[in-house]
Amino acid sequence: MMKIVKYILLDILRNKIVIAYTMFLLAISFSVFSLEDSTQKGLLSLLNLILFIVPLVSIIFSTIYVYNSSEFIELLLSQPIRRKTIWLSLFAGLSGALSFAFIIGVAIPVLFYCNSITGLMMILMGLLISVIFVSIAMLAAVKTRDKAKGIGLSILLWLYFSLLFDGLVLFLLFQFADYPLEKAMIVISTLNPLDLGRIMILLKMDVSALMGYTGAIFKNFFGTQKGMSISLFIMLLWVFLPLLYSLRKFNRKDL
Amino acid sequence: MIETTHIHKSFGKLKVLNGISFKTNKGECIALIGPNGCGKTTLIKCLLGMVVPDSGTLKFNDKDIAKDWAYRSQIGYMPQIGRYPENMRIGQVMDMLTDIRQKTDGLDEDLINAFSLKTLYNKRMGTLSGGTMQKVSASIAFLFRPDVLILDEPTAGLDPISAEMLKEKVLAEKRNGKLILITSHILSELDDLVSHIMYMQDGNLLFYKPIDELKAELGETKLAKAVAHFMKQTMS
Repeated sequence: MMKIVKYILLDILRNKIVIAYTMFLLAISFSVFSLEDSTQKGLLSLLNLILFIVPLVSIIFSTIYVYNSSEFIELLLSQPIRRKTIWLSLFAGLSGALSFAFIIGVAIPVLFYCNSITGLMMILMGLLISVIFVSIAMLAAVKTRDKAKGIGLSILLWLYFSLLFDGLVLFLLFQFADYPLEKAMIVISTLNPLDLGRIMILLKMDVSALMGYTGAIFKNFFGTQKGMSISLFIMLLWVFLPLLYSLRKFNRKDL
Repeated sequence: MIETTHIHKSFGKLKVLNGISFKTNKGECIALIGPNGCGKTTLIKCLLGMVVPDSGTLKFNDKDIAKDWAYRSQIGYMPQIGRYPENMRIGQVMDMLTDIRQKTDGLDEDLINAFSLKTLYNKRMGTLSGGTMQKVSASIAFLFRPDVLILDEPTAGLDPISAEMLKEKVLAEKRNGKLILITSHILSELDDLVSHIMYMQDGNLLFYKPIDELKAELGETKLAKAVAHFMKQTMS
């Protein structure tokens, strides 16, 4: 398996998009930190940019990459290699490359300017989000045979997670404003890894007071050790459930 | 060596394989023939595990291949249309395959030398012509000295000299007692190559018998004529 991962990583590095992505993240991180005078504010701006860019690049790049390596997959399939090995190697290669880009592009500047628990939390969440969206992309790519459809599906999924979901939540909040929704909000927020990541970081920033009563409930739940481990567990579920489902699909796919 | 029982496969509503059963033995050289779209390539892909049959079992050396994957180390496969990572060079593909198979000594480089592929090792796969691609596919199929060779339209796109070289190689391997499965539409070139004929039509295996038997039955001495004779019979 390591060998196949090695070839996939070499191939990803050769196609330069990941390098451009790394440079882009690096430029953003440094400019945000040098524009803002307080690192806390810098971190907050960076958070919003990251929650927008990282999932977008992860999901689109991975989907296109999986489609473009159909030849590679076919070549390997006629060799004595398990299908599972091929698929998991693709996942490992993609998430490895994108995590590496994130570490160079964001983690290093963050540690440089703001070496705090908040910074560490943001790095962890960024890495998890990169990997989660690789996993979702692989599911989208295995579900649809047509490349254009698959990429369209990925874009829709990204739109859903970063924009539509928040809209739906707001809609729900306004519709049921008369009911106590604070506890339900915790459950709803686990349905979107981006929201979960954002809450985890915001709570570390002590700006949760701005979120009102819901913020207090969040702090009560996510702020505790137990809440933290539960939400980390849910983030990991977001990595593995789509991946395992896509693996099941791939094992039965005709190539 | 290869045994199939009641293989069924359909793509959506289209039934491609309709209960294929056969058993092949070592040392046979089988021509898999039939009209376009009769399911030849799908059958081959089932043997390689690239297409998963809806029902039926495939056995390789008495082992079910559904759960097995190691058996593919004993198969050399030459696809009809080779598809390779476009930005890899020929040499890199060869190196990668030998690296993955972990076999560096005892490689069969006859075809690589015959086609003088080594001079092209720096070319990217995406820039190759159809014929060169076929040469690469053929060289890969023979490279690891497999016990079973599956060649899907091997000479399509090859120039006459290279086609002849490939034929020579297949003959040599046949003499080594390997099981060889060839699909082709050029029957005249199969004549002195194959020992058995497998004829498919509309997803059914119509017959699988030694070539001499078939010729005697139909009273023809040439394979092309015998098959044409048979095709006319089944069409009418």
